[in-house]
This record gives sequence, structure tokens and C-alpha cells, in this order.
Amino acid sequence: MTALMLKNVWKEYGDQIVLENLSFDVAPRSFVALVGPSGCGKSTLLRLLLGQEEVTRGTILLDGVALPQEPGPDRGVVYQKYSVFPHLTVLGNVMLGPELQSERIWGRLFGAARRDLREASHQMIAEVGLAGSEDKYPAQLSGGMQQRLALAQALMMKPRVLLLDEPFGALDPGIRTDIHHLMKRLWNELPMTVVMVTHDLREAFTLGTRVVALGRTRTLPEEAERYGASVTKDIEIWPPRKAGGHTIFQSEFAMGWDDLTLHAATAGRPETKTET
Amino acid sequence: MRLINQQLSPPVATALKFAPFVLLILVYLLGSAARLAENPNDKLLPALSSIAAAVDLMAFTPDRRTGDYLLWSDTWSSLKRLSAGLGISTVLALMIGIGVGTLPFLRALLVPFVNFISMVPPLALLPILFISLGLGETSKIALIVIGVAPIMIRDLAQTVLALPREQIVKAETLSASSWLIAVRIVLPQVMPRLLSSLRLQLGPAFLFLIAAEAISADSGLGYRIFLVRRYLSMDVIFPYVAWITFLAASADFAIDRLRRRLFPWSELEGGR
Ligand SMILES: Nc1ncnc2c1ncn2[C@@H]1O[C@H](COP(=O)(O)OP(=O)(O)O)[C@@H](O)[C@H]1O
Ligand SMILES: [Mg+2]
Repeated sequence: MTALMLKNVWKEYGDQIVLENLSFDVAPRSFVALVGPSGCGKSTLLRLLLGQEEVTRGTILLDGVALPQEPGPDRGVVYQKYSVFPHLTVLGNVMLGPELQSERIWGRLFGAARRDLREASHQMIAEVGLAGSEDKYPAQLSGGMQQRLALAQALMMKPRVLLLDEPFGALDPGIRTDIHHLMKRLWNELPMTVVMVTHDLREAFTLGTRVVALGRTRTLPEEAERYGASVTKDIEIWPPRKAGGHTIFQSEFAMGWDDLTLHAATAGRPETKTET
Repeated sequence: MRLINQQLSPPVATALKFAPFVLLILVYLLGSAARLAENPNDKLLPALSSIAAAVDLMAFTPDRRTGDYLLWSDTWSSLKRLSAGLGISTVLALMIGIGVGTLPFLRALLVPFVNFISMVPPLALLPILFISLGLGETSKIALIVIGVAPIMIRDLAQTVLALPREQIVKAETLSASSWLIAVRIVLPQVMPRLLSSLRLQLGPAFLFLIAAEAISADSGLGYRIFLVRRYLSMDVIFPYVAWITFLAASADFAIDRLRRRLFPWSELEGGR
């Protein structure tokens, strides 16, 4: 069983070959960190996974089925910027997805349905550490808080795959460490597979269960257009990290948290238990 | 210290704000006094007292023939035409602008056409409008719409297209349909720009209004100015021009206030 399966994927823009014959499988619940030099096609690959663009050749399967040709609620996304809506408050941003999903005419809920959603949204907002900022607009938040909001907004849809394009690339180191902890926790708690593009190798090895490096094998300038990037390194982190489980190096989370996965979005979070 | 770094104290800033207005009035008064000293019957720069008398006659004395207070009935007629024209243009801009900005089909269909139409000089169409729509209100409102709507549509479509692609994709991952993206993502985000665009079009709208009224009307601010022009009644024309300017400036101010009130986030975004 694989979450994502890429088979001989090519992506070309006109004459320029960006991705060349890419094949790899992603196991469910894994956290793939995608690294590679700037301009090698990491964002392009993410857009393909998102369904924002189509592959030139090859196939991508999501849970064994051909990837839909449009972005949809089964694949969430957080970009480095422009991930949240400037005209909605924190609460409005978090409520937006479920509202759009359940009310297809005006995209707004009223009455009891709205109260329930508001309740769940408050919990999600607290989950990502933004409690108290519900009524602020994104422009009133710091960069780190905006990215937390973007995560909360995406996670409300309970995506099967979460795609991140350098989500923490613009943050200060201290703030980045905090948000890494959050990211790890969310990945542990929620039943999702994560693919994260990053240019920070440390980040890749801190968060990932697997680090995939994209790169060009031919580097002569005159060959640049005709040869795309493919997987140059594919490293499983050892000792293996498992979502919901824990390794000897990772004792932050109690065993069996993956059973409580959807809990966070629908009810309160279980108390954190630190194992000794 | 460089001039670009000059810090103005609040009183100085206020004084500077009023200086050009005071200067304008002063120049007028001096010019008027000088001309009247030479020729007491001069009509070009009437004294303040004759202007006050004319204002009293137009605004606070019922007209001998109709019994109307002319300034107010003129204002009412003009504002009705203006708001109809601007209202229709705004609705057109919203519907076509958002449609064109979001849907590739409408974009392909309408963008070249709207761009072409926006190049037609509206005043050149005025005779055609009068001939085909008659001399009544319809042709005047149509002139304002033709003059103003294409520019507003283009502006709004541009604003929609300038929204980051990431936002639209994000909305798709939140399960929004094309329609929901239009009403919940695009519409609220372009509303502030629509209001700004409306502000910018106030000037042209008045231009087209006065042009249409000058040619054919039986009341209206433009009609009155061009009527009394025959008698060189500068004492009526000056207050009318000042009144039109005041109306336009108030509308400009009010729309901006409305934008800040309705879309507080737009102010925050601009501040970044
Ligand atoms: N829409 C596009 N049209 C043409 N070329 C593109 C397009 N998007 C990306 N590219 C090219 O594809 C290459 C990879 O870009 P990208 O995926 O953004 O790189 P990365 O995210 O790894 O820095 C770049 O050379 C870029 O110029
Ligand atoms: Mg990139």
C-alpha cells in the first residue's frame, strides 16, 4: 500500500525539460523531505502532486487511483506565502474550508452548524498555538503565526496528503524551531502523509522520515535545457521514525497517538504525556 | 539635512494644507477688486457681494416661473443621472470584471472586446446616443456608463488577475467551486479596489454628465452653467462650479470612508 506513487514522470515547459523520468513511492504516513538546488524543479513536482499542473508523461497515483486533474480537499497545501486569505480573520480563515465544503451556494454556515464549526475551529486554532488571536487579520500576525494559521486552515480539511513548499523558509531560526515541534506533533497526531520541499538540509533531517534529493545529473550549461532533474539521493532516516509511534530519540509522544488522530479537529486534544 | 527627510510640525503641516486655498481666494479677490475699480460693470470676476446675491437667488429664492429652488432641483437632477450611471457601471464592472478575471472562457471572449470598446471616445458617441435613445435621461445615463464602465471593468479584471495564483489553488484545496471562489475569495478581495476605482471615475463621470446636460436638458448643474453662460453670469457659474467640485470631493471622501469601514483589512494590507 502506498500513499503516492510516481511512475516515469516527466515535466516539460516547452523545450525545457524540468523533471526527467521520476519514479518513487511514498508510504502512507511518511514525511518526505524534498531537497535540491534552487530551480531544480521541487516546486514543479509539488504542483504536479497538487494537481495544479499536469505531467507531460507518466502517471501519479494517490492511494492507488490516478491523481485528479485539479486540486481538491484530499491534498492540502501550505506555501511560503500567500497561503492564508488577507480578507478573513484567523477564525474566518480556519472556518473557511468546512464552510465551503458544506454550504455550496454562498459558502457560509449559520445557526447550530456554525456554532459547531466555530467550536472545532477554536480548538484547531489553540492546537497550532494561536489561541487569543482569533479576531486578528493575517496582516496583524507575524510570519510564524501566519504559517501556523496556514497549517490550521489546511488541516481542517483532514487532507490525506499535506504538501508544503518551503513553508518555514522565511522564518527566524528560533521561531522555526518552535514551528518544527508543532509540525512534528501534527504529523504524529493526524492521519496524513506529508511531502515538504525545503532548501534547509537540517530541517529535512529533523522532520523527515525520508529525505529525497532532486538534482541534475548533467551539469554542462549546453545540456541544461535538455536534461531534467531526477532523484539523486533517497535516504531513509535511521533509526526509523514512525508517525504516532516513537523511537528512542523521540519520546515527546505517547504510544498509540495515531488512534486519536482525528481527535484534534473534532474534540479536545488528549493531554500530553511525557514518557520517562 | 536632506529635504526628503524634513519633519513638519503639525501646525506647519496644517498651515501648508490651507495655504493654496487661501492663496487662490486672495488672488481672486485682488483680481476682482482691480477689474471692478477699472470698470464697475465688469462681469468676468464679480465681487463677493454679487456672488452672494446670486447664490441667494439660485439656492434660497423660488424661481419666478417654476417655483423651484433652482440650485437644489438642478443638483437633484444631476445626482440622479450620475448615481444611475455610476451604479450601472459598478454592477457591470463587478460582474464582467470578476467573470473575466476568473474564467478563461469569458476572458478569451470579452477581454479584447472590452479593451476595444474602452478606446471609443465617449463624447463622439453622444450624437448617436441622442439620436437613438432620444433626448431624455436614458441617453445621458448611457453616456456616463459608456465612458466609465469599460475602464472600471478593465481595472477590476486586472485586480482579479493580480491575486496570487496560490490563493486560488489554496481555495481549491479547501473544496471551493469556481462559483464559491468568485463569491468568497475574489469578490471580497476586489471590493476595496472597486470602490477606489469608483472614486477615480467620479471626475470623468461628472465630465460626461455636464457634457450631456450642456447639449440637451431642462435642468441639471451642467445645463444651468451653459444656460447662464449666454448672459456672462459669472456670479452664477463660479458658485455652481464650486458646488460641483464640493459634491465630487465629498463623494470621493465618503467612498474612501466606506471602504475603510467595510474592509478594515484592506487598510492593513496597504500598510505592509
Ligand atoms: N510555468 C512555468 N513555465 C516555464 N518554466 C517554468 C515554469 N515553472 C517553473 N519553470 C522552470 O522550471 C524550473 C524549476 O522551477 P521550480 O520548480 O520553481 O524550482 P525549485 O522550486 O526547485 O526552486 C525552473 O528552471 C523554472 O524556470
Ligand atoms: Mg521553489
